[in-house]
Amino acid sequence: MLKIQNIKKTFNAGTINEVKALQNVSITIEEGSFVCVLGTNGSGKSTLLNAVAGTFLIDEGSISLDGTEISKWGEHKRATLIGRVFQNPFSGTAPNMSIQENLALAMKRGKKRGLGWGLPKSLTQDFRNLVKPLNMGLEDRLESPIGKLSGGQRQALTLLMSTALKPKLLLLDEHTAALDPKTASKVLDLTHQVVSKDNLTTLMVTHSMQQAVNMGDRIIMMHQGQIAYDFKGEDKKRLRVNDLLTLFDELRRKENIDPTVSALLMEHYV
Amino acid sequence: MSLLIGSLTIGLILALLALGIFISFRIFDFPDITAEGSFTFGASIAAALIVIGANPLVACMGAFIAGMLAGALTGIIHTRFRINPLLAGILVMTALYSINLHVMGRSNIPLLNKTTLFTWIETFSNGISGEMAKTVVLGWEVQVKDLWTLLFCFLGVTIFCLIIWWFFRTNIGTAMRATGDNDQMIRALGVNTKRMIVIGIALSNGLIALAGATLAQYQGFADVQMGVGMMVWGLASVIIGESIINDTSVGFVIIGAVLGSIVFRLLVAIALRWGLNPNDLKIITALFVFIALILPGIMKNKKKLTFKKKANA
Repeated sequence: MLKIQNIKKTFNAGTINEVKALQNVSITIEEGSFVCVLGTNGSGKSTLLNAVAGTFLIDEGSISLDGTEISKWGEHKRATLIGRVFQNPFSGTAPNMSIQENLALAMKRGKKRGLGWGLPKSLTQDFRNLVKPLNMGLEDRLESPIGKLSGGQRQALTLLMSTALKPKLLLLDEHTAALDPKTASKVLDLTHQVVSKDNLTTLMVTHSMQQAVNMGDRIIMMHQGQIAYDFKGEDKKRLRVNDLLTLFDELRRKENIDPTVSALLMEHYV
Repeated sequence: MSLLIGSLTIGLILALLALGIFISFRIFDFPDITAEGSFTFGASIAAALIVIGANPLVACMGAFIAGMLAGALTGIIHTRFRINPLLAGILVMTALYSINLHVMGRSNIPLLNKTTLFTWIETFSNGISGEMAKTVVLGWEVQVKDLWTLLFCFLGVTIFCLIIWWFFRTNIGTAMRATGDNDQMIRALGVNTKRMIVIGIALSNGLIALAGATLAQYQGFADVQMGVGMMVWGLASVIIGESIINDTSVGFVIIGAVLGSIVFRLLVAIALRWGLNPNDLKIITALFVFIALILPGIMKNKKKLTFKKKANA
């Protein structure tokens, strides 16, 4: 269970470029829940994910995972509990190392790395079985460097790597945004399989409302660093793309009206 | 012939330097100029220890540890205080200049009539085949002790290559390679990349200091200037090695670095023999590395151009 309480983050505080990226965000995500995070550009959805992953430390508030307070932990320490897939397919794998070396690195996620052999022979067969279901022919290319693979293949591998050891939490940051539609849907199918197999607690940021409607059991919509809407259970099941679009419009209208209204008020009363 | 054997021997000694540069420059993509200081640091520590009568192996060990400390310091300055790698290296290199003068007490220490690794080899050779023994290799007369020296250097470098090769295939070594390749990815897999950089740069400078310590014993003196240009020298060796051995797996790259060091030393010896002014050595080395660095890019552009021409035609 992930428990986020009153977290705040301001970038470039005290300068002209000050951005209040997260303003008092609180949310509790139950064990085994799959949450889709929607929002416009700059709404803070990726910031929320990075705050949980530990890319930066939050200014205020607390983040706890399975009852352990992790908000002061560094990124690498949080990785003992958290698996991640990035938006950029190049981010999740080491391009000049072979597929099996990358997988071997993932099998040690968050564990102590000593002077034992990095790529034991015994693992190779496991790796073949692991990548075979992808149907990408990777089981015969385990020794070739990952840099030679396509973005979709790399993203699929990153997904396998982040979940090779069952994480307490899986973070997906628009992990299909950089892929063509066909590959994206393949990677989404794989995501569905991987997540449901181990019943992983998942937080997925996405731009696609269709994805949000189709996947998961909860939708959070973020706006200006806050959670604007939160749908779960039956509400989430009833939700359609059009409803989400209407909500987006509503948010945008509010945003446009506020400054105009205040200007009007100024004119009349000052 | 004795010139050839001498060049091979120095090439092998400097192969340790090339291995160190290979670790910082290729594995971590960290342009570590600490090398220039730690090379001299190793030489001065070893010389100072040998002068007070220490065992040459202890002296080498001391040099290795001193080099590691220097490297770790550069790594810490870079990772903890977020200072650019090049600047971090320059800071430590500059500081080491004073430290080296303090260690030696003056600008150079001669090691004549002291027990070094190489006087050991000489004694060993004299014991087997008598003093000033000569033999014929490929029609040339050479001293037997020079051959023994070459052989021992070869064995020593081979052992170090095996250790490094093994290390970079262990769990921690693989994590280090991943740190240089994609640090974001390996952090997401729970590795403290800062610690990896500090350990890696320390290891690199340990090897470089050991190269300095060995060279000082071979040539019979340590000098505060002997590290100047060593980083570019090591870089040249690594680059030559890569072009000789066209393979990116760790084992082959290590062999390449050693071969590159030997070939480069031979090229330099030949150039000097043909009358190159020794003062011009550094500018030639710098030019050589410059060309080697830009050549792959130029070749690629040329390929693209011919491809475009073909496509247009």
